[in-house]
Amino acid sequence: MDAETLQTVRDAATALCLVVGSLMSFAAGLGMLRFPDLLSRMHAGTKPQVLGLLLLLTAVGLQADSPAVLPVLLLAWLFQLLTAPVSAHMVGRAGYRTKHLKRETLIVDDLDEVVARAANGSLPAGAADHVADTER
Amino acid sequence: MILTTAAWVSALLLAAAAMMAIVRIARGPSILERVIALDVLLAIIMAALCIDMALNHHLNHVPFIAVACVVGFIGSVTVSRYVTDRRNS
Repeated sequence: MDAETLQTVRDAATALCLVVGSLMSFAAGLGMLRFPDLLSRMHAGTKPQVLGLLLLLTAVGLQADSPAVLPVLLLAWLFQLLTAPVSAHMVGRAGYRTKHLKRETLIVDDLDEVVARAANGSLPAGAADHVADTER
Repeated sequence: MILTTAAWVSALLLAAAAMMAIVRIARGPSILERVIALDVLLAIIMAALCIDMALNHHLNHVPFIAVACVVGFIGSVTVSRYVTDRRNS
């Protein structure tokens, strides 16, 4: 394969990564606008943060002149991969505690039963403390 | 040529996504929705910087991408830590 063909293949792969990565952001924006409550909007919001960023950083790596930048791009993606679940968990926990979720859009609420059992005092001491902390 | 076309398509998609995220930030209805929408807006800005880097063959924005991940994380965790239910009080 000559150099020109290789360049064309590289450009095509970059273009695909750019468009699909941007499509993730578009889907997140659409979900932000159209989804009914906090938890489903959280679901839409994490799409561009993980898969979208991976695709766009792949595009940057494909167009970079030296391979020395690849560890830095991987580090940026790993940062995002580590922080996105934690912040989503914190937002979801705060939403559950302060009752910002719509009950009618939920099919199953696993935490409800645990909270009720803790309120009756039928959980072991440590677990009850933990759930009481969740309720506070 | 194909790269320029892809960049234009991506830019239009990102612009539409940013508009929708800003509408959600304005509408709310609670602070938690605004935090999520701000996270999405930050991801969109990072995506735009990535497109700029890929299109113009430079790497000037890579440190910002790495830092923005951490700063966005600290922001949303801090806000959700201090959310209270004002409807009950």
